Amino acid sequence: MKILLLALFVSLFSGQSLALTPEEQGLEIITELDKRDTGFADSKVKLDMVLKSRGGDESRRALEISTLELIGEGDKSLTIFDSPRDIKGTAFLSFTHALSPDEQWLFLPALKRVKRISSNNKSGPFLGSDYSFEDLTSFEIARYSYRYLKDEAIDGIDCFVVEMMPQYEFSGYSRQISWIDKQRYIILKTEYYDRKGALLKTQEFKNYKLYSDKYWRAQEQLMTNHQNEKSTQLLWQDYQFGVGLSDRDFDKSTLKRSR
Amino acid sequence: MCTVLLANSSKLLAFEYSGTIGIESLGFINKPLADAQHNHYLSGVAELELIHEWDSGSQSLAFVPFYRYSQHDSKRSHFDIRELTWLKASDNWELRTGFRKVFWGVAESQHIIDIINQTDLVENTDTEDKLGQPMINLALIHDWGTLDLYFLTGFRERTFSGTEGRFRSPVAIDVDHPRFEENGAQRHLAYAARWSHNIGDWDLGLAHFYGTGREPTILVEQDASGNLSLIPYYPIINQTSIDIQATKGAWLWKLESLMRSGQGETFLAGTGGLEYTFYNLFDNLFDLGLVSEYLYDSRGKHAPIVFQDDILAALRFGFSDTQSTQILAGVIFDRGSNSKFYNIEASRRLGDSFKLEIEARFFSGILNTDPAFILRDDDHFRAELSYFF
Repeated sequence: MKILLLALFVSLFSGQSLALTPEEQGLEIITELDKRDTGFADSKVKLDMVLKSRGGDESRRALEISTLELIGEGDKSLTIFDSPRDIKGTAFLSFTHALSPDEQWLFLPALKRVKRISSNNKSGPFLGSDYSFEDLTSFEIARYSYRYLKDEAIDGIDCFVVEMMPQYEFSGYSRQISWIDKQRYIILKTEYYDRKGALLKTQEFKNYKLYSDKYWRAQEQLMTNHQNEKSTQLLWQDYQFGVGLSDRDFDKSTLKRSR
Repeated sequence: MCTVLLANSSKLLAFEYSGTIGIESLGFINKPLADAQHNHYLSGVAELELIHEWDSGSQSLAFVPFYRYSQHDSKRSHFDIRELTWLKASDNWELRTGFRKVFWGVAESQHIIDIINQTDLVENTDTEDKLGQPMINLALIHDWGTLDLYFLTGFRERTFSGTEGRFRSPVAIDVDHPRFEENGAQRHLAYAARWSHNIGDWDLGLAHFYGTGREPTILVEQDASGNLSLIPYYPIINQTSIDIQATKGAWLWKLESLMRSGQGETFLAGTGGLEYTFYNLFDNLFDLGLVSEYLYDSRGKHAPIVFQDDILAALRFGFSDTQSTQILAGVIFDRGSNSKFYNIEASRRLGDSFKLEIEARFFSGILNTDPAFILRDDDHFRAELSYFF
């Protein structure tokens, strides 16, 4: 009886949220997350990737990524490779679209050649790491469908647990499950399930830092691949927001003079 | 990143530097056509890149000197300034002045419309190495596309193997006595313009070039005592070209075509084809690309070039390993004869700073009327180990 009363009480006073389906709840959480991260206009950041093999051997990659936020359509990004040294100066220009294919160009410095490349390769490893291209593409709400699963704490932080199903073609995943901090609306952990439904990878986001009093960015991310026992660590440095970048910083002429 | 500080009278200029040092082994399977030639050549190469950027990256100075030393072949041992450029970028234009390299084109088998720079042929028979070209290049960047205007201010002659080098006819090309349709300033100046744009899945380019052509006509001459000599002759040409790529999912459709006048009769040439890639085969082990192109030249059998009615079929393996292993294997075969050209290229990073590249090239069934006939005994392997810093 007590339980029944309690249930009645809860349904009366938080009727709105109870009326939502898990799908609507999931979308609501992600929309809020996306809203809180909107408005940064542009950013520049340095990224070190540390790739660890099963045997513990390490190799490193250093990149610099510029991003232009476009409201209502996908972001533009320019990635310049600094190491390994044999690919130094190689640059990658990408226009993300929510559901239509992304537009991508690669600049090969030895030939000074710009190549338009296919963006079908969503699930392939990025520079031999445990990150695939789709893991590093800018987030767009329409790329997934959502389902709120439950509440759960990670390291004492209350989280929403939301399932995300890719709606774009050629994803390597059947679904992802993300743990989202209820206070800050940031992702603390994501599990990736392969197309057969088996757990493939887990990503942890660490050392979040607040920029411009609004934008949370993890300083460190760790992707562990459970199937091949390799891992990749991302170390982000020197985040800059609102640098004043424009479309002109993301065109083929700029791509050709990227160093 | 390493930084060099150069003391300047008024301020310190910070240059970033990087570069490559390599050692190459070039070995031939068959005995050479001429006694002076060798079966194996060792060679060393170095390239340094110095970059200085200022004005929040909108201005830069780049200096890229290059040197190759080759055993035996004195013509292959050469120095070049690949780049010595001052660049200024603004909202809707860029001005690039100095020695530079510019690439035009989309095809894989050959780069017929790529005309701004002279080919550094002694570097590699694949014609992808280029000599630094002095120029003033203004790019106008607008919604309707990018218009590049080129004022090319110095003609560079094509490099050819010397007497002791391979990849030549029994008589070496007399690079010391080239001839030109125009001499003086006319010889050295050329003008070009290119409009390029991308509309959705389509990347388009339309270009025109006027000036001393980069591809010489080889004149065969005999002196009074019967000695043959091969003279490179560079005519003034007009060349109009288009390049188109459509990127449709995993399909890339490519076309390059040109019309050239001033070098014999006006002719058309083209390279067109497709590339399809299967991604992440065998649990992300590798990507497999299938490439096929048709190579055409309207001069037909009279064309002074190797590919005039040929088909390329190639496989490109891009492995997903941390060492970026790549293999490209292909054959170009003539539709009218039995001649075939096989090409295998492979590369792999060793550790963090080294890279090994291996090439194997074979020629078979070449008729004595084919310009490639001089290469019939030049089947070879090339291995280069490079250190990057």
